[in-house]
Amino acid sequence: MDSTVEIGLRVNGERATRRIEARMNLVDFLREELGLTGSHVGCEHGVCGACTVRVDGRIVRGCLMLAAQADGADVWTIEGLSDTGEIRDLQEAFVERNALQCGYCTPGMLLTLAELRERNPAASRQEIREFISGNYCRCTGYEAIVDAFEMARQRQGGPS
Amino acid sequence: MTDLIADRWLLDRPNSYIGRSVPRPNAPRLAEGRGAFVDDIETGGRTGHAAFVRSPHAHARIGSIDAEAARAAPGVIAVVTGRELAEIHDPWVGVLSHLQGLKSAPQYALPLETATWQGEAVVAVVAESRARAEDAVELVKIDWEVLPAVTDAETALDPATTVIHESLGDNLAWRRNADFGDIEAAYAEADHIVEETYVFARHTGVCVEPRAILADWNPGEGQLTVWHNNQCPHMVQNILATHFRLDEHRVRVIARDVGGSFGIKVHTYADELATVGLSLLLKRPVKFVADRLESFLSDIHARDQRVQGKVAVKDDGTILAFEIDALSGIGPYSMYPRTSGIESNQIVNLTGGPYAFDHYRAQATVVFQNKNMMCQYRAVGHPVKCAVTEGLVDAAARATGMDPAEIRRRNLRADDSYPCKSAQGLPFENLSHQESLAKLLDAMDYDALKAERDALRTEGVYRGIGLASFIEVTNPSAMFYGVGGARISAQDGATMRLDARGNVFVATGATEQGQGMEAVISQVAATAVGVPPERLKIVTGDTEHTPYGGGTWASRAAGIGGEAVAQAGRALRQQILRAAAVMLQEEAENLDIRGGVVVERASGAERIGLDEVGRVCYYRPDTLPDGFQSELVATRHYVPRQYPFAFTNGAQASYLEVDVETGFISLLDHWCIEDCGTVINPQLVDEQIRGGIVQGLGGALWEQCVYDSDGQMLNANMADYLVPMAAELPDMRCGHVVSPTFESDLGAKGVGEAGTCGAPAAVMNALNDALAPFAARLTDMPFTPQKVLRALGKI
Amino acid sequence: MKPAPFAYVRPASLEDAIAALDEHGEDSRILAGGQSLMATLNMRLSAPEILVDIGRVPDLAGIEETDAGLRIGAMTRHAEVEASDLVASRAPLIASAMPHIAHPAVRNCGTFGGSIALADPAAELPACAVALGARMTIAGKGGTRTVDADAFFRGLYETALEPGEVLTAVEVPGIGAGWKSGFMELARRHGDYAMIGLAAHVEVQDGRFGQGRLVFFGVGERPVCAVRSAALLDGESWSDALGDRIADALKEELDPSEDLNADAPMRRHLAGVLARRVLAPLAA
Repeated sequence: MDSTVEIGLRVNGERATRRIEARMNLVDFLREELGLTGSHVGCEHGVCGACTVRVDGRIVRGCLMLAAQADGADVWTIEGLSDTGEIRDLQEAFVERNALQCGYCTPGMLLTLAELRERNPAASRQEIREFISGNYCRCTGYEAIVDAFEMARQRQGGPS
Repeated sequence: MTDLIADRWLLDRPNSYIGRSVPRPNAPRLAEGRGAFVDDIETGGRTGHAAFVRSPHAHARIGSIDAEAARAAPGVIAVVTGRELAEIHDPWVGVLSHLQGLKSAPQYALPLETATWQGEAVVAVVAESRARAEDAVELVKIDWEVLPAVTDAETALDPATTVIHESLGDNLAWRRNADFGDIEAAYAEADHIVEETYVFARHTGVCVEPRAILADWNPGEGQLTVWHNNQCPHMVQNILATHFRLDEHRVRVIARDVGGSFGIKVHTYADELATVGLSLLLKRPVKFVADRLESFLSDIHARDQRVQGKVAVKDDGTILAFEIDALSGIGPYSMYPRTSGIESNQIVNLTGGPYAFDHYRAQATVVFQNKNMMCQYRAVGHPVKCAVTEGLVDAAARATGMDPAEIRRRNLRADDSYPCKSAQGLPFENLSHQESLAKLLDAMDYDALKAERDALRTEGVYRGIGLASFIEVTNPSAMFYGVGGARISAQDGATMRLDARGNVFVATGATEQGQGMEAVISQVAATAVGVPPERLKIVTGDTEHTPYGGGTWASRAAGIGGEAVAQAGRALRQQILRAAAVMLQEEAENLDIRGGVVVERASGAERIGLDEVGRVCYYRPDTLPDGFQSELVATRHYVPRQYPFAFTNGAQASYLEVDVETGFISLLDHWCIEDCGTVINPQLVDEQIRGGIVQGLGGALWEQCVYDSDGQMLNANMADYLVPMAAELPDMRCGHVVSPTFESDLGAKGVGEAGTCGAPAAVMNALNDALAPFAARLTDMPFTPQKVLRALGKI
Repeated sequence: MKPAPFAYVRPASLEDAIAALDEHGEDSRILAGGQSLMATLNMRLSAPEILVDIGRVPDLAGIEETDAGLRIGAMTRHAEVEASDLVASRAPLIASAMPHIAHPAVRNCGTFGGSIALADPAAELPACAVALGARMTIAGKGGTRTVDADAFFRGLYETALEPGEVLTAVEVPGIGAGWKSGFMELARRHGDYAMIGLAAHVEVQDGRFGQGRLVFFGVGERPVCAVRSAALLDGESWSDALGDRIADALKEELDPSEDLNADAPMRRHLAGVLARRVLAPLAA
């Protein structure tokens, strides 16, 4: 049986076509085939959230989705969202509030928070904590991340 | 206290950046996903990817190895055994001469005869991709002869127990006995002697970026380049050169972005040395990135201590003596080069540390066992010694009917008693236990909180308050490792250079793993020279481009690396002013640099920009007088000498609620008052404390490497090894007392481990306070719901 | 930690999916949302030769009202179920379980049917399905059949699905007048698999319980319906004494397994705690 597949998808607005091993997951595809190393690999069993990327408008675990499943999809990574400026306010709040230390979990954390503000812009601190509870950060203890989300929201005129 | 060093020139600089929450220069890049972690580095299509056949057994003799099918598998470049690798490297032994009597066996990159823990790398496979290497790993057949596994530290020394390394004679790695004062006299004088046993589980660091190394041997050049997410590039350079028989200047170690380390990435891991050996053998780049399952079985573990403690106290609350007997199993080897004896040594050295008492006895026993290796992880020994001490102090409070805050007030060292020595003879320079406790009680509104707790108890809501005072070892001198023979630099260096456009290049031996070193270095450098931070370029983590230094460990980078930068910056400023003075026909003493401009010291009037100084010195030296040669680069080194360590201190408190039906614990609040001397960047200090607290909370409530009696780790994955996640954690309130060290001009001590040190003790005391109405007591971490229910007699 | 090699097909119709499964038999696995399967593949705990991705099979996703109640397509993502007003009004038990399933990114991908078909004994949805008396619609080479939830979950990761069959939908019956539901689980951390959980669906009239189902998860090899304990409710109003009797009965009735987080006595104890905490408010 052929263990390769041909896929075509849009990543950060650009079209990418590759023949890959069917077993290649999405985050490895982004990193190894496209050189988009901003999405990180932390556990490869769906727990840490470092590989979080956006597929067709929703965040997914890049290690729990085959690249083949993303055939035809619209994929956005931290690099793309940085370039469009969509999350610049969150990024600035992260830097200012030191909501990142080593920075390895940060891209996944930012993508998760970007979805939170779409789905529950007025989230309470505990709701913010629960929404990011699938994103592991060993450095910060999470409090600064919650603060940064609130800080960015406040600057956009939302609740503090 | 009076300032013993009058020259606080750095802190008095105009436009100082010290004490300000300056943002980190490297943070925006990381927030955009544009970092350079080891696995992000490209070395082209010839890179081989390593995977390892790991021992499925805790203890087994390696029989014949059949690698034929693996070698023939698609994409496989090589399959390499321990014996093949042993041809090109020398083994290592993890001992230090100042831990007298510590012994260990020679360890190779891959074992030659016997695998001694489940997960030990035994055979290496290199293939064109990691996936294909893993395919081939499954095809390697090893004829194992399974041996009895030594797992229980309590019985490791029994005559009936298998000896792991026959050449060592027994399973005893090290034993230390310490006896200070006259403990028997103290016991005779005491009104109460309280005894309690504390248990600390095995933890591991779970850095979100796994260990990773990319080694590239260029035989034509005789040069080995290694990208490695290690905390100590110069130490690794030395180790690789030594054990692969290379010249040290032909080894370059680059540690760019590091995804968390916490002490995990500071050791000599056999699989990483094997990766270097594979590059040497195969003459091509070879990359190894540990996957998460490998990480749990091969990243060092830590803690795993059983400590019997005793405290002697008088009716008036005066603590007379502490005694401990600690036992730890460290795995099959002592880790190289820091050894696996340090955690126990710290516990012996530091127990009782915040308190004024004179009599102390301790025994620490460290044994070998067939589990993953143990070594230094954030706050080495500190959470153990702190929880033992603070648990015993609370026990003494109960025995004397005294409030936990009051017994601490009575026994904590007085703030005007420094310098002085601990019961163990360790020198304390300048601490603030009393003020820290007072600030803590004030911050938490201790009396109101107690009233709330008591009122809720009558409604069947069980909350507890726990206090913990602590000391932390920071800024280690050569007395920590160097004196024992380890080639680990306690000193650090900094090189600073004025460039032609007036910007300043800074290279430091201190390294960045996310704690914010680049910001700290930039603040000190900017202040010392007199330029805004945006005019600095900071370079760290490259043995080819930074002065020789120790890197980051034991909360040293800001205090030692920062001081080297301060001195280099001052020297560079003086060089610049000498050149400017020549240009301006002015006395250098009358000039200063502020905001990147040479000014008149007295009036602040601008005289000449640094860009102009650079332009003239580099491009138009012909316009300068004969006999004047500008020198615009300075290197300075620094190491503490007066004190072996700069002790810091602080106090933490936890407020929590126990659901007495389910055994679940909810953390409601947490406070930390900390004294790390000069606070260079308040926000970074607080975030070190918060992150550290959460690692301590992890050990108190969730984290444990669970092994069965055959030495199999049962929860070696992220679903089952429970790290703290966002939803269960409280917000944490931080405060400071500032008692600078007089040893350096900067006055900064470390802060990386304070949070981790005190949090488990505070939680333990709060838990037991909550359980007090039930006469239930827990001292066995982690405090799981099941243990709580058992203590309550519900199950 | 990379999966062993496999082939991948993405059938465009249910017939093609069934044909692919039929052709490859036990060497094949269905890939739905992949949120459990991918982890086991990555860890090489499972190494099928071919994955049959049913993600693009039409008509497998969606929630609709039917004469009998609610039909939830097998490929409906957890996030969609969680956000569904229909589910909230017609199957509040399921709605209250959804936030407990893992984390947002997993709920965006993971599917309702995938969770049912995997039959993890610690998972929320199988227990909800049993409590509500849901019926599973299964398509195979021979056509379509339905299986009651009680008969569907057979053991540890074992269901009534035969090789070559695909779970296409779950039918949740309409809720009878006076029936109420309650859900609670205990997990060490938010989103973890439950140490123990309870999905309760009971009849309450004028403060008195009638018929009902207490379905526990995380206590055995499949969702466990505590029939004898639930029978104690019939005709009773809530009291602490009733809570005690049910807790005692549960200790007798349940035979829970042991894992790293909880031994059997702890689970027996917690079952009673959950029963009290879920049932007391239902009677109010």
